[in-house]
Amino acid sequence: MAVFTHSRPRRIAFAGRPAWSLLVLLVAAAVATPVIAVTLDAVSAGSAPDLPRGLGEMVLTTLLLLALVGSGTLIVGGGLAWLVTAYRFPMRGLLSWLLVLPLAMPAYILGFVFLATFDVGGPVHEWARSTFGTGVWLPDVRSLPACAVVMSLTLFPYVYLMARAALLEQSSSTYDAARTLGAGRLRTLFTVVLPLARPSLAAGLALVMMEVLTDFATVQYFGVKTVSVGVYLTWRGSYDFHTATQLSMLVLMFAVAVLAGERLMRGRSRYHQKGGRGQGMEPTQLTGARAWTATLVCLLALGCAFLLPVARLVAWVVAEAREDASSLVDARFAEYLANSLTVAVIAALGCVSLAMLLGHALRISGGRVPRIAAQVTTFGYAVPGAVIGIGVLLAFDWLDRVLEWAGTGGTGLLVTGSVAGILYAYLVRFLAPAYQAVDASLSKVSPTMTLSALSLGASPRRILTRVHLPLARSGVLVAIVMVVIDAVKELPVVLTLRPFGFTTISVWVYQLASENFWQKAALPALLIVAAAIVPVFLLFRQVRLVDPHRSPDD
Amino acid sequence: MRRPLRRFLGRSLAALVAFALCTPLSACGFLGIGGDADIQIYSARHYDLEKAFEKWEEETGKSVEFIFAEDAELLQRLKTEGADSPADIFMTVDAGNLWAAAEEGILAPVDSPVLDEAVPEAYRDSQNRWFGLALRARTVVYNPDTVDPSDFDATNTYAGLADPKWKGKLCMRGETESYTQSLIAALIDTYGRDDTLAWVKGWVANDVEVMSNDVLLLEAIDAGECEVGISNHYYLARILADDPDFNAKLYWASQDGDGVMENLSGGGVVTSSDNKTDAQELLEWLATDGQASFIGGNHEYPVNPDVEADEIAASFGPYKPLAIDAEAYGKLNAEATELLAEAGYK
Repeated sequence: MAVFTHSRPRRIAFAGRPAWSLLVLLVAAAVATPVIAVTLDAVSAGSAPDLPRGLGEMVLTTLLLLALVGSGTLIVGGGLAWLVTAYRFPMRGLLSWLLVLPLAMPAYILGFVFLATFDVGGPVHEWARSTFGTGVWLPDVRSLPACAVVMSLTLFPYVYLMARAALLEQSSSTYDAARTLGAGRLRTLFTVVLPLARPSLAAGLALVMMEVLTDFATVQYFGVKTVSVGVYLTWRGSYDFHTATQLSMLVLMFAVAVLAGERLMRGRSRYHQKGGRGQGMEPTQLTGARAWTATLVCLLALGCAFLLPVARLVAWVVAEAREDASSLVDARFAEYLANSLTVAVIAALGCVSLAMLLGHALRISGGRVPRIAAQVTTFGYAVPGAVIGIGVLLAFDWLDRVLEWAGTGGTGLLVTGSVAGILYAYLVRFLAPAYQAVDASLSKVSPTMTLSALSLGASPRRILTRVHLPLARSGVLVAIVMVVIDAVKELPVVLTLRPFGFTTISVWVYQLASENFWQKAALPALLIVAAAIVPVFLLFRQVRLVDPHRSPDD
Repeated sequence: MRRPLRRFLGRSLAALVAFALCTPLSACGFLGIGGDADIQIYSARHYDLEKAFEKWEEETGKSVEFIFAEDAELLQRLKTEGADSPADIFMTVDAGNLWAAAEEGILAPVDSPVLDEAVPEAYRDSQNRWFGLALRARTVVYNPDTVDPSDFDATNTYAGLADPKWKGKLCMRGETESYTQSLIAALIDTYGRDDTLAWVKGWVANDVEVMSNDVLLLEAIDAGECEVGISNHYYLARILADDPDFNAKLYWASQDGDGVMENLSGGGVVTSSDNKTDAQELLEWLATDGQASFIGGNHEYPVNPDVEADEIAASFGPYKPLAIDAEAYGKLNAEATELLAEAGYK
């Protein structure tokens, strides 16, 4: 039987595994290098930057957006995760994995679809005016609340995925015990289930907030001036990268605050599972109207965030095809798709392997320094992609100069953009989601279990493959899916670092979108979505294999 | 490791190998050792550039590679790569960006009688470090059902939109857009900061509706949601090419005054280029025989006075442009942003 212990955080007393600690430090150093390169570059510029006008307002806007998107994703993502885990209703199995799909819709695409539909001149406005007359009041869609809605719709799957993994890992016995002792469903949810899921919810929320912090495309559509927009505009307007990097340190401070907040939310308490992986709670069968309401709620979320925008995109593709079908088919498109997927899969496997090693190393050796180093590896996610891209160029430039100094004559080649550079930048940027997912799973493994394995003579490597990896399985799967989807969507890194002749689907969308060929951009946008469905489908199959309470009709 | 996970990882690996086999992701591309082509271009302008380059390749037997990205990122990449940069040509949109690239020392002066003749002096750098290749005008578009062209101030149309008679009828672009910033920079440069500020305040007082891109703006004019907007001429041309009945008309701004705001896209030879001869030859071709294919389907105006604009762009009629001041557009950008903020424009 599984038992949860609630204990004060406790350092594992043995720090005698320097090799593992060193590994953590090395990874942290590698990941931090581009960010450090950019920081040094900013500092070397000397004078403090002229703060952009209205910085205070930008900070407030950023905080407000973070709060709105944070609560939005928490309610939608967390609520849906609870619904599909605790209850059984029609189409639950299918919906439980379909709900991840909104992640595949790049926010810059959804933002455009949203505006094209709801903004002045769009079909909704026209319909409202023809129905209620010209004087009808309609909410301003180019606004902060609308932006928060769109961002919440694309980002809620982070929280959903993390929460669902956490709920599946939870032992049913705790839940059952609470229920047997007379707690109602809701009370059990708030006093037992949610506190236990807190690390995962916090991790998902941290990811959402960092996405919000680094976004500067969607917010600009909606005319929302966050600090990141300020950084970007300063760079673009003054052609001064130093000033831009100095300002982006401000964004980094926000990220530090978010991560500190995450630690705080996790609390000083740690919840560990004793015994095997939890079997999860037994879902309750919903019947009649309640069952269909549950289905409807899931469909509503899915429809707004995914199905309707996809339908709009499909309509555009059809319209394009009617005009000129030849423009839709091009041999290069297969190449772009293959480029995107190759880079994404390599990046995902790399990030998740490193994340697993980090999490494992921390549990094997512990200590304050490796712990801080592990936290450092997640900062990359909070740095805008374009800045990381430049950081990688700077880092390669240093490497080149060191090689030259060492007398090898330098490479002269590494400096230019390369796929290796893109992969490195992806590692810097996406180690955070991978680590958050894996760590959230691992944090529920009781230290005593690791200790027992060690005292029974198992080598750290054996503990990794036989104890930690199997127990963190759902986290690992979630991590792979998140990184693949993120990497397929990623744009600024590829734009900044790609070598000649290397185009991905996201670059293709961007080329068309930057010239306002929105209808033509619909096809590649759909391809991004399709590419993201592949890992989601693979994950779904795993979840079905793992989910002990899958019923045949799901 | 339990079996499902292993199977999952195995499958991912298999998929990876399959993709790697069918991609042209060679070791060269992986390490970034490109550079097989004779000419390599960094461009912040796309607009079907492939077609023009393919034509040049056919005519000369030389090869071209180019990457397209954001202006600021490309500029920074060129600076970081320094002498090792593979780029031979840098191309971008907006005279201010060309000025900034020249300021950074990234562009080398080109001494070419062909370019001197093909590109009028107003459209190139005084030290010949960059050359304009295509022109766009940012002017007023209106809905002919509700607006008569005589309603506009023909001397200074941009200023005229501050008149209270346009209250609730204006649509423009956001203050973070480079189109808006360059227009304001041009107005500050021509008429001074105080007047420009007063006009922008007038637009704000007229409850200007801010749209997220020119296409949506034009569609709103067509639908009658806005009566007047400011847009680049080629967005309207592009829509008209698909839909001749589109209900929006172009008005050349300030024709009785200083002229309509014009901007250019162009390029120059990169200082570190190892093939300046071919780079110069390509620029010369783009400014002469290649003008038509460079402007291609984008309905821009040619810089070369001997080349004709395409049919739809020509149908808008001739216009008198405001003189382009690249240095001012580059330098005044920050001031323009500040002015927009001060006027409460958003």
